[in-house]
Amino acid sequence: MSAASPVEVEPTQTPDEITLVSKPWVTIVWNDPVNLMSYVAYVFQKYFGYDKRKAEKLMMEVHEDGRSAVSNGSREEMERDVQAMHEYGLWATMEKQ
Amino acid sequence: MSGFARHRRSGHVIATFSGFEADLLRSLASQLVELLRNEAAVPRTTDDSFEALLDFSGPTMVPEDPVLARLFPTAYQHDEEAAAEFRRFTEGSLRDGKAAGAAVIIDTLEEAGLPSELTEDGLTIDVEMAEPAAEAWLRSFTDLRLALATRLGVEEDDDDVWLAMDDEDPRSQAHDIYQWVGYLQETLVDALSS
Repeated sequence: MSAASPVEVEPTQTPDEITLVSKPWVTIVWNDPVNLMSYVAYVFQKYFGYDKRKAEKLMMEVHEDGRSAVSNGSREEMERDVQAMHEYGLWATMEKQ
Repeated sequence: MSGFARHRRSGHVIATFSGFEADLLRSLASQLVELLRNEAAVPRTTDDSFEALLDFSGPTMVPEDPVLARLFPTAYQHDEEAAAEFRRFTEGSLRDGKAAGAAVIIDTLEEAGLPSELTEDGLTIDVEMAEPAAEAWLRSFTDLRLALATRLGVEEDDDDVWLAMDDEDPRSQAHDIYQWVGYLQETLVDALSS
């Protein structure tokens, strides 16, 4: 990712939420050299409705790990999410968990 | 150059461009529209508009043009059949959406007074838009940057390559434009988040 201005992120203090509901498919967003960190975080907030903290956490995962699982659900739901990510110019794929 | 801001009272997103900047943005957006429109992966075989409505066929192969391949990436990495099906059903509307987004940039600038041919110096273009149009600009900026970056071969952490390049090199100038649109996009994200 690229950055036109500094981004501040607080260290994550709380553990990830654990879901007991089985959701077989997952949407992965991949890092790319073009998209701004601020834009990626904005997309996560805008489209998924995540709060700023979660959006920035996922964005930093993309930035540092090269990828992040940003949503999960049915195959149809993930296809919708992947399509939306492509509408925003992010690079996303989906896979079975 | 200050980029985008949020107008305190109206909540609209505002920016001021020089005639040159506005003309450049329009040119970039127009080129993107042309690329999206001219490279129809599946030619229409019928002029009958009713038949066309029932035609669910669409492209199944990754586009050959690397810019289009980046704008319409594969959705399934390990399942070619699923990827082809996904592409067949989604690429057409994705393509249309991106062309429409670029058209919003062109329309906004022309409605703000950008003439069809830029002849005078010192022209300024003030744009003001509500959120939906601003969101369209935001997404279109990404498409423009992806297109420029793909053509230029931009890679992660490659700043030193560009810094070392001769100023007169057209690639260097195109990269400056790429950086400039990135700056504009950054300010637009800020404005929309405020």
